[in-house]
Amino acid sequence: MTTVANGVNVQALLDAREVLKGAPEAAQFVWRASSTWRNGVHSTTTVKEFFGLGQEQTHRNEAVFDADHPEVFAAEDNGITPIEYLLVGLAACLTAGVASVAQNRGIQLRSVEATLEGTHDIRGILGADSDVRNGFNDIKVTFNIDADASRQDIEALVAQSQKRSAVFDALTNPTNVTVEVA
Amino acid sequence: MANSWRRERWESFRLLTPNWQSRLPGLRYQGPDPDGYMTTAEITEFIERSAKLSGAPVRTGTDVTSVRRAGDGYRVTTSRGEIACRTLVVASGACNLPAVPRFAGAVPASVEQLTPFDYREPGRLPEGGVLVVGASATGVQLAAELRRSGRPVVLSVGEHVRLPRTYRGRDVLWWMDASGVWDQRYDQVDDLTRARRLPSPQLVGTPERATLDLNALTSMGVELVGRWADVRDGRALFSGGLRNVFSLADLKMERLLDTFDEWAGTRGRDDELAPPERFAPTRVPESARWQLDLSGGEIRTIVWATGFRPDYGWLEVPVVDEKGRLRHDGGVVDGPGLYALGLPVLRRRRSTFINGIEDDAREVIAHLAGYLAVRR
Repeated sequence: MTTVANGVNVQALLDAREVLKGAPEAAQFVWRASSTWRNGVHSTTTVKEFFGLGQEQTHRNEAVFDADHPEVFAAEDNGITPIEYLLVGLAACLTAGVASVAQNRGIQLRSVEATLEGTHDIRGILGADSDVRNGFNDIKVTFNIDADASRQDIEALVAQSQKRSAVFDALTNPTNVTVEVA
Repeated sequence: MANSWRRERWESFRLLTPNWQSRLPGLRYQGPDPDGYMTTAEITEFIERSAKLSGAPVRTGTDVTSVRRAGDGYRVTTSRGEIACRTLVVASGACNLPAVPRFAGAVPASVEQLTPFDYREPGRLPEGGVLVVGASATGVQLAAELRRSGRPVVLSVGEHVRLPRTYRGRDVLWWMDASGVWDQRYDQVDDLTRARRLPSPQLVGTPERATLDLNALTSMGVELVGRWADVRDGRALFSGGLRNVFSLADLKMERLLDTFDEWAGTRGRDDELAPPERFAPTRVPESARWQLDLSGGEIRTIVWATGFRPDYGWLEVPVVDEKGRLRHDGGVVDGPGLYALGLPVLRRRRSTFINGIEDDAREVIAHLAGYLAVRR
């Protein structure tokens, strides 16, 4: 078998799976973000620290994300809208999954591109119609993948990626969310 | 004898395996309908015949209340006294108790809840809509039967195993048997934990040998929704990932059919079989509901076809893991002189089918005999 190089250290992930089977407490992670209001509907959110493997951890670099509304919402458009960040998260998560599963299955990837569309009826957030929900109505992800594999194998990659995706699960299943004032 | 077949199955129940595959040591089906599927009465009779044939002492109507380690063996306490033994084979099965998710407790009291152990036939359910949860063999069979009774049926679908009843003119379980898929050994399976947790295939045994996949249910007017995730404010919330569980099942079925075709080709069996066929992908509902108001009156009954789990409450020996499963290696349990038979993929993929016991039993009992021989 030729060596497949998608840049994913699958052996480390498989080893971690075995270790964490016997140590569920080390598998408990906490992801964190903190945000500051700038002006109008513009805010910046920073992400740097998280908790996992029983201790505090730090990303190599702090990441800063600007969120705002576009000019058609009468805002300054200093960044993408918050709901677009959900598409960013979903695209990144499914793509990571495709690469990992491909590596594990010995499939060499040449290119993986995805386009995402979330349909959104904004009458919900505007309070214009109480029957319309605030969030996305539907999300559609279309992958274009060039790889040394049959169409069936590529479809299986994408299906398995969804099956093991944190963001796909977070979007398709309910999650308890607590928001409080400190 | 054959208690679970007598008391824990619904009225229309039939085996998933065709009659000719119902084999027990020294006993095979000799009736007029080798391609048919046994009813519970027929299975019960088959098992009784096997017991008579073997001549083994069977104590019927006797409950085992506890098994404890005692000396170099075990003490078995039953409703009719105690039995001391050097070795013990646990053959109580993997389906002793229906598994129901915790959020069942949050379902409004106005909705009746049943497990497959309680369910007998559609006429005993209240009039009105039924939400069947789970799309393995039990779930698809009950959804179809309830729909035929005229009730509106919603089926909540998680990961499932799709199979056609017949393929290229033969029962799909003929293929599992003949092609050797069922003979794959537990120590050769890629992911044994997953193989042992595999849900039962979407099959039903009927005289018409009809396929009962999700497309068949959709055509009957059963409404499909995603995996039931939670209950909030009296509303059932379903996963929005329905399309992907369809894709996973369609792809796995195609891969299995490819395996069958390859086997038939290399073994030169193509001439005796119909040509290869492929089945339409599972139809995705235009917009699957992801919530349902359980107090609105639309759903009067919930049938939990969400699987079963073993009950080892009587086994007072520390051989059960944190998930309630017996720790064993091919039926050799993690306790001296203790063995198991009849669990999923115990030694091979066919282990839980009636015809799977013979080879497993021979190997496990050989180990048991060896254990006794060195400790004489």
